Amino acid sequence: MGNVLAYCEFGGSTLKSSALSNLSFARAAAAAHGGEVIALLVGQGASAAGADAARYAAKVVVVDDAALEHYLAETHAPIVARLAGEHGASVVSATATTLGKDLMPRVAGLLDAGMASDVSKLAAGNQFVRPILAGNAYSTVEVSTDVICATPRQTEWPAAEPGHAGVVTTAPAGDVDALGAVVERIESSKSDRPELTDAKVVVAGGRGMKSGENFKVLEELADLLGAAMGASRAATDAGMVPADWQVGQTGKIVAPELYFAVAISGAIQHLAGMKGSKTIVAINKDPEAPIFQVADYGVVTTWEKAVPELIEEIKKVKAAR
Amino acid sequence: MKILVPLKRVPDPELKTKIKDGSIDLSGASWVVNPFDEYAVETALRLLENGESGARDGGEVVVVTIGPADAAQQLRSALAMGADRAIRVDGEDKALDSRTVVAVLQAVIAEEKPDLVVMGKQAVDGDANQVGQMLAAKLGWPQATFAASVELPADKATILVGREVDAGVEYKRIPLPGVVTVDLRIVSPKAVKNSVTPDSFAYGDGPRYASLKGIMAAKKKPLAEKKLSDYGATPAPVIVEKGVELPPPRKAGQKVDDIPTLVKKLVEEAKAV
Ligand SMILES: Cc1cc2nc3c(=O)[nH]c(=O)nc-3n(C[C@H](O)[C@H](O)[C@H](O)COP(=O)(O)OP(=O)(O)OC[C@H]3O[C@@H](n4cnc5c(N)ncnc54)[C@H](O)[C@@H]3O)c2cc1C
Repeated sequence: MGNVLAYCEFGGSTLKSSALSNLSFARAAAAAHGGEVIALLVGQGASAAGADAARYAAKVVVVDDAALEHYLAETHAPIVARLAGEHGASVVSATATTLGKDLMPRVAGLLDAGMASDVSKLAAGNQFVRPILAGNAYSTVEVSTDVICATPRQTEWPAAEPGHAGVVTTAPAGDVDALGAVVERIESSKSDRPELTDAKVVVAGGRGMKSGENFKVLEELADLLGAAMGASRAATDAGMVPADWQVGQTGKIVAPELYFAVAISGAIQHLAGMKGSKTIVAINKDPEAPIFQVADYGVVTTWEKAVPELIEEIKKVKAAR
Repeated sequence: MKILVPLKRVPDPELKTKIKDGSIDLSGASWVVNPFDEYAVETALRLLENGESGARDGGEVVVVTIGPADAAQQLRSALAMGADRAIRVDGEDKALDSRTVVAVLQAVIAEEKPDLVVMGKQAVDGDANQVGQMLAAKLGWPQATFAASVELPADKATILVGREVDAGVEYKRIPLPGVVTVDLRIVSPKAVKNSVTPDSFAYGDGPRYASLKGIMAAKKKPLAEKKLSDYGATPAPVIVEKGVELPPPRKAGQKVDDIPTLVKKLVEEAKAV
């Protein structure tokens, strides 16, 4: 007992950056429980990423099966639960991505485990600090089951550093039963920009942008800075920009070095997703907008005036370097 | 078709968070239906009715909460929106964790035998996002979380769910019975399709308001009062809160006069550009 089974998402032959946060959580949990980290890769093609995972964990278990072509909670959860038992795991974790959030409570259900969601800190082996009330408070919870499930929050756990020459083993998928569930299609908004949750700079726009067309100028700013695009719920709901740009309590949680909130009022649900950013810049025409209370730098003006000027000024700085 | 909607009351999310004696101070709280659960009620109603005519051809929406006596109010709000029947299982918020809630819901489901469970993806107080998936696991049912759209075919044997995932939208079909947890955009005008409401019809944005007639009718709708022990559950939480803290405040920011000053500060002070 005492081991930590860390479910890791991968793409092609490498772990996703979100998985590296899970591995740093897993190392902390393994130290607290006196066990070791076992990285688990599940899915068709998982073998290809085994070697990369072995750079981060002493043990890697790969479950690679053609029946696991699409991720489904129904097929992955029983595999994770079974391997948790076989490997003496007292903690089972996955990063709190939409996949981890879909999967891990199902695993907890199968294991009859207590679970801590969105973990930001480990207070003790079975005590977890986590945001509640849209990040307006942090709660420390103690989970008293023998096996504990957890989803660490990506922005709160730095990417694990490599430094292992781990051993990769394979495990069978067993009977894969999707309970009739099928993924019919995935509509992804492809983009050349960095992933929102990984980006060093995020440029986000809100309702005050008024139309999707107007976001072009923000995209120009973003591309100048190598930034990802974000948005408030009001902007995504109005169909100005894709839903997966939404930042907030119910969108993505981001913590870039630099966050631009343009024509965003700063509702608590939005702040919940970006308050952890290192430097926050707000551009809003309303001097009373709550976003100014969290912004390091605020400019009271319209985006129509500010953003083109910002682009010019940044170009000047870049040219001078 | 019978749809079960578990719901929970939460302190009004617009109110300022206060802490007293190591836990959230709820003494002055006003309570509302968890927004995502309200969206779940709206989704259930849209799945059963003809949105254009407002008529419903059979079907039943049953709402259930586990909470103290006051929580009956939130059940009445759901009944006023159009749910048919309510169950309140008496329980104190402090004595409940996701596992206890799941155990009770599982027992309620064994009794009610719904064709579909629709619930919020998370409660906006604990923000845990666990119950739907745990419940599906316990029942051995398929799950579709984070639903931004649902489509119920005429045979009602499956449901097609547009799930908001990190990479975009995944369309997952699950056979019924199953568990669907809903995200924000499920209450946008055309997010729910049921083979009855004409495709051309668009709902208003957001969940419906209860009409005066609905509020009057809700008073007469059945609301069963139950105990945890009726469902073989005991309040023995395995997840216990040890303390609560406010996040460290951000240091006060500054307003800058113009864009050149902003860029200068970003470069020299924040070293962010
Ligand atoms: C359960 C729940 C979950 C939610 N989850 C999220 C979430 O995850 N993320 C999220 O963002 N929201 C979320 N919300 C919504 C949130 O409460 C706000 O409604 C939303 O964030 C507002 O978006 P906004 O700031 O773009 O719009 P508004 O609040 O309308 O603000 C628009 C701003 O633009 C400014 N403006 C207008 N014109 C200009 C101009 N020309 N130049 C400069 N400024 C201008 C205005 O002064 C105003 O401050 C959630 C709400 C609920 C109930």
